[in-house]
Amino acid sequence: MMASSYNAKDEDGHLPGSVGSGGPGAVKSKKPDNTAFKQQRLPAWQPILTAGTVLPAFFMIGLIFIPIGIGLLVTSNNIKEFEIDYTGVDMSSPCFSCSQNYSWNSTSACTCSVPFTLDQPFESNVFMYYGLSNFYQNHRRYVKSRDDSQLNGDKSSLLNPSKECEPYRTSDKKSIAPCGAIANSLFNDTLELFYNHPNGSKITIHLEKTGIAWWTDKHVKFRNPGGNNNNLSSVFRDTSKPVNWHKPVYELDPSDPDNNGFVNEDFIVWMRTAALPTFRKLYRIIQKKKDNMTPTLPPGNYSLEVTYNYPVRSFDGRKRMILSTISWMGGKNPFLGIAYITVGSVCFFLGVVLLIIHHKYGNRNNSADIPN
Amino acid sequence: MDLSSIRKLITRYCTGEESWVDSRTVYIGQKEPPPGTEAYIPQRFPDNRIVSSKYTFWNFIPKNLFEQFRRIANFYFLIIFLVQLIIDTPTSPTTSGLPLFFVITVTAIKQGYEDWIRHKADNAINQCPVHIIQHGKVVRKQSQKLRVGDIVQVKENETFPCDLILLSTSREDGTCFVTTASLDGESSHKTYYAVQDTKAFNTAEEVDTLHATIECEQPQPDLYKFVGRINIYLDRDEPIVRPLGSENLLLRGATLKNTEYIHAVAIYTGMETKMALNYQSKSQKRSAVEKSMNAYLIVYLCILISKALINTVLKYAWQANPNRDEPWYNQKTETERQRHVLIRAFTDFLAFMVLFNYIIPVSMYVTVEMQKFLGSYFILWDDDMFDEELGEGPLVNTSDLNEELGQVEYVFTDKTGTLTENNMELRECCVDGHVYVPHAICNGQILPGATGMDMIDSSPGVDGKEREELFFRALCLCHTVQVKEEETVDGIKRGIHQGKSTSFYISSSPDEVALVEGMKRLGFTYLRLKDSHMEILNREDEMERFELLEVLNFDSVRRRMSVIVRSSSGDYYLFCKGADSSVFPRVVSGKVEQVRARVEHNAVEGLRTLCVAYKKLTHEEYEETCHLLNRAKLALQDRDKKLAEAYDVIEKDFILLGATAVEDRLQDKAADTIESLHKAGMKVWVLTGDKMETAAATCYASKLFHRNTQILELTTKRTEEQSLHDVLFDLSRTVLRQHGSMTRDTFSGLSGDYQDYGLIIDGATLSAVLKPTQEVTSNGGNYKEIFLEICRNCSAVLCCRMAPLQKAQIVKMIKASKERPITLAIGDGANDVSMILEAHVGIGIMGKEGRQAARNSDYAITKFKHLKKMLLVHGHYYYIRIAELVQYFFYKNVCFIFPQFLYQFFCGFSQQPLYDTAYLTLYNISFTSLPILLYSLMEQHINMDILKRDPTLYRDIAKNSLLRWPTFIYWTFLGVFDAVVFFFGAFFLFDNTTFTSNGQMFGNWTFGTLVFTVLVFTVTLKLALDTHYWTWINHFVIWGSLLFYVIFSLLWGGIIWPFLNYQRMYYVFMQMLSSGPAWLSIILLIIVSLLPDVVKKVLCRALWPTTTERIQTKRQCLTAEQSTIFMLSQTSSSVSF
Repeated sequence: MMASSYNAKDEDGHLPGSVGSGGPGAVKSKKPDNTAFKQQRLPAWQPILTAGTVLPAFFMIGLIFIPIGIGLLVTSNNIKEFEIDYTGVDMSSPCFSCSQNYSWNSTSACTCSVPFTLDQPFESNVFMYYGLSNFYQNHRRYVKSRDDSQLNGDKSSLLNPSKECEPYRTSDKKSIAPCGAIANSLFNDTLELFYNHPNGSKITIHLEKTGIAWWTDKHVKFRNPGGNNNNLSSVFRDTSKPVNWHKPVYELDPSDPDNNGFVNEDFIVWMRTAALPTFRKLYRIIQKKKDNMTPTLPPGNYSLEVTYNYPVRSFDGRKRMILSTISWMGGKNPFLGIAYITVGSVCFFLGVVLLIIHHKYGNRNNSADIPN
Repeated sequence: MDLSSIRKLITRYCTGEESWVDSRTVYIGQKEPPPGTEAYIPQRFPDNRIVSSKYTFWNFIPKNLFEQFRRIANFYFLIIFLVQLIIDTPTSPTTSGLPLFFVITVTAIKQGYEDWIRHKADNAINQCPVHIIQHGKVVRKQSQKLRVGDIVQVKENETFPCDLILLSTSREDGTCFVTTASLDGESSHKTYYAVQDTKAFNTAEEVDTLHATIECEQPQPDLYKFVGRINIYLDRDEPIVRPLGSENLLLRGATLKNTEYIHAVAIYTGMETKMALNYQSKSQKRSAVEKSMNAYLIVYLCILISKALINTVLKYAWQANPNRDEPWYNQKTETERQRHVLIRAFTDFLAFMVLFNYIIPVSMYVTVEMQKFLGSYFILWDDDMFDEELGEGPLVNTSDLNEELGQVEYVFTDKTGTLTENNMELRECCVDGHVYVPHAICNGQILPGATGMDMIDSSPGVDGKEREELFFRALCLCHTVQVKEEETVDGIKRGIHQGKSTSFYISSSPDEVALVEGMKRLGFTYLRLKDSHMEILNREDEMERFELLEVLNFDSVRRRMSVIVRSSSGDYYLFCKGADSSVFPRVVSGKVEQVRARVEHNAVEGLRTLCVAYKKLTHEEYEETCHLLNRAKLALQDRDKKLAEAYDVIEKDFILLGATAVEDRLQDKAADTIESLHKAGMKVWVLTGDKMETAAATCYASKLFHRNTQILELTTKRTEEQSLHDVLFDLSRTVLRQHGSMTRDTFSGLSGDYQDYGLIIDGATLSAVLKPTQEVTSNGGNYKEIFLEICRNCSAVLCCRMAPLQKAQIVKMIKASKERPITLAIGDGANDVSMILEAHVGIGIMGKEGRQAARNSDYAITKFKHLKKMLLVHGHYYYIRIAELVQYFFYKNVCFIFPQFLYQFFCGFSQQPLYDTAYLTLYNISFTSLPILLYSLMEQHINMDILKRDPTLYRDIAKNSLLRWPTFIYWTFLGVFDAVVFFFGAFFLFDNTTFTSNGQMFGNWTFGTLVFTVLVFTVTLKLALDTHYWTWINHFVIWGSLLFYVIFSLLWGGIIWPFLNYQRMYYVFMQMLSSGPAWLSIILLIIVSLLPDVVKKVLCRALWPTTTERIQTKRQCLTAEQSTIFMLSQTSSSVSF
């Protein structure tokens, strides 16, 4: 701090006569340019928020938002959604026994059948979700416990996964593929849907298991190691399956090579960690009937056959199966519609208030004397 | 600042023990004294190198880093960064490391560059040549190689390279003349004396034979104090011992004048010179905004810590259930499990701190610094503040105080040279009550053929004629004016002969020049001083020669000067001129009453008056006088005191001749400026060394006092009659009675019957007031408090007869009073430096009295009138800009971080960040940085011309009104509200449903991206709503930033980035945009977030408008209704400005 001022003095000291005698003309070049920017006189739009100016905006928002809100609400209400909890907490529920005697090691699958009734027909494509509650997929330790380069087919990561996967990184001195807590806890209940025809027959409903994951995930982000090598078992030879899995990754869907290994869509869907502890994930799609005459799911009695593998009771979790139709705005969610209507009404109301204020005070202000 | 003292200590230790003693011995010419006298102790002194640079090439990086991390903010970020490196944190170290690295690097580069410039300047000084006598020859050396004890030769107009003891000069009497303009600003020539016993050593050879040592005190910063003694070994006898005083000491930085050369010995060199010691401590000023900012920072730090604490506590409460702590799907590693619970809790606390640390943004400091630095250019560039005459515009010496210009409550101004032109002109003289007016003066130029005079009173008789001519001769002789030909010099210059010649009168006192010039117009021209004869051209164009015998120099204690001359006829005259108060008591005859009346009349008119008197001396009297003077001059101790005594004896029994009146004209628009400052709610104090009547007159002329201002006097005259105590209580009662009856609403204006008071106080009374009184006054409270109370109720205060230090004292006193007002000091002379340094904002005027004030100021302007634009326009703008900048920065980071806090409640308090690392890093650096920076450079809520026209607008921002706690709380709550809207808006949208048309689900990163998108748009649009001045630049940065965000997000999610170990953002942004409800909710949430602020603004404007808002609205109406007329007036006004 002292230095600069100090020096200035010294320098001047060496130039006798220069002090205080800057004659006119000698330093003409110091004159600043007279540009609009430098003089802070750039042309500018100078808007001011007054009751008068925001009034139209408020009415506009009101007039636009309320119809949108109504539209959204109607759309949301038109969506049919059916949800059934099959956790088996109650003694009476069919899956109670499965939920009670659960162990990872059991080889025999426990199955249960949950009957339900649809009162209304489900038109168009019907989407089948499984929902979990109280499951913290967004826990930090959980979210980061994955190796994206391994999932992208990187050979070295396959055999030497990221440290982030600990403690699900190796088992039996072999690297786990896919490593990490997320992969390890893959949802492994199998859900099947049957329509109990009034005539007594039990018709299997065809569940489409592709198209449930993001296209980019399936085709770019997730890739099997070894490129086009169809023999996945040899690619994954030196790896070990995740400890909680019953079968290795290359047997997730042996019937369809495009849906096997890392690119298995059930797996990809699971790997996209949910934002909130109560979430649902797309499980299957029920394509609409070709003839377009009969609804995809006509009203009637159905049964959900569950192969009960996934334990949630230990952390007070719940498992649900959801059937839902979809509109352009997604599933049933009245929130957006209600919010739009509310905000629209509030804006309209505020518009009215401001109009009154503007009329009462606006003129007064304009005529008010301005001290000069 | 502590470093330097530590360094000093260390160097002291290193230089050895002898430095600890309080004196040093200097061996002149590096020669040992004759053996046997005393032991030769070689002492080590620093060389003459001036080091103002902070760093060397080697220590730059460690030292600079150390300095930077001493700043509390930087240190905080460093800690966060280190914590991120050490523990397992939610965000990667780059998120805080990158911005910190950026800040540190930029600062280091800036400081390095500045230091490089200092190095260059140092080198230039250190390498400039000096002449040293070595072995009888003159040797050129670099200044830095000069050592203590070297004998230096300095030629005329050269600057002394270090502190020197004068040994001999080219002048016979062993004196030399020096100006210390660059040291203390006094441009007068001061006389210094060589040591009597060495003044004969005149040539280089002779000096080299000198054998002497000097013992003197260790260096100390007092410029005017020096003690020492010189031992001269002429023969083998005992040395001659002579005392040395400050009249022997030539200070570094001073310049030799009117002396061909001198020889002197270096005693203090380099950083030990008095000049270097003096300029080391210049305390750094901090603005009120910065203080508020730090207060906010502490609040946010508390918020941060409490957030982290709450989350940590909740985390452990929630995790009490082991199935929550470690469910089967999410196991801990073995090492994690084995960690002690306290360590885990502490790590968690740190992790939360890291997660939320963005609430205190690194970038705010960078942005504020940049805003201040870049913003200060608008002052430099301002065309209105450019002075054509000087060819210079304003200077900005510090940009830290820009916004303080908008907060000024007290203005302390110097009078001479600041309010007035310091351009003296003889207005009239009065001889025995007859008044003469030299007329036809036009701005210092004399119109040809118009010399002459008007006599106002009746023509004097023959006797009068004689007296009149004696008076004129007295003024022609009694001065120290020098005539310079064809040379530009600092000081006052004006042509003597109209147009023909280029000679000038120069003098340290502009009054003297004015007098001599005035005399010329009255027919008596002072030509030159030749062979100690003063030559005068009288009215008949005859040359008169007077032998100049003695000059009794002016000093500020005596406040008069005298000369003793012998006329060609052989008569001895003593002419004296001086202030009325110092001349009248010494007058024995003359028309005292008439002259006194005239002097008082002139003083009231604001003219500077001097009285002239003479006495005739007989030869014997002259001899006696000479004897007296010489004895005093030759005295070795207390020379000044003895001289003063001698003067006192000589200067008495005068015959009064008359008086002069010199006008110091007010600066252009000074009155207008003061009026504006008053209207803007500032209190203007004039602090001057001038006498009361003159100063008061200037105050009336400059509208500081109005006709109806009731003047309260607190002067020595009054305190002589009453005791100080009574006067003070009297005044305070007067003022307070008024104050009590005053109602609230009259406060704002100067309207109606509101009586305003002006206070006049003089230096002597002030020091009595400020003197800490031991005895408790009967009414309790001390004088200072009462005085402050009086001052507070006066709209204008005039302090006259002030010493420089008293000026600073007053500023300090007001600064420390209980409202802690923001003070501004403005002045042009060296005597104003102390108050300029003391005030919150110091403004220097680049004037005639050198550049001392300008250099020590924070801002320098060319004319007093520029203060108006500086405060009312620039200050106002800077303040509203930085206020918004600070508030907005905290707001946008609350919006940014609070959703993360809320998210912790839904992710098991696991410190899961809501946003991706890239967003966390870039939010403050690029997505939201430029709009606010440009806003804070460009914003003009009201037009410049209106601000200038209507000073009352300044009151709207007084007392830091935009950064008070209610405003801060409003912004914080707005931030919290917006954050809640963002988070729960997204929450309910995501709540257990899908919002794509293909049924696919989104994950947590989409959730975060949705919140973040709404966040970026909301905070940017919030700024857009606050912007009142949309230039193309604002449009560009605001819309550009939003566009950049979108493009960046598309790119960031569009590619599998090979260098990243995660691909969590892959296609997240695109997928989100492909969903209709996402768009709808983004729009909805933005509008909901902005709604309350808009409503608040509109309602406040409609129901409780401030003056500013009224004017804005008024202007709006004008533009709407009569846009063309307004535009026309706009253009015309912009032309006229």
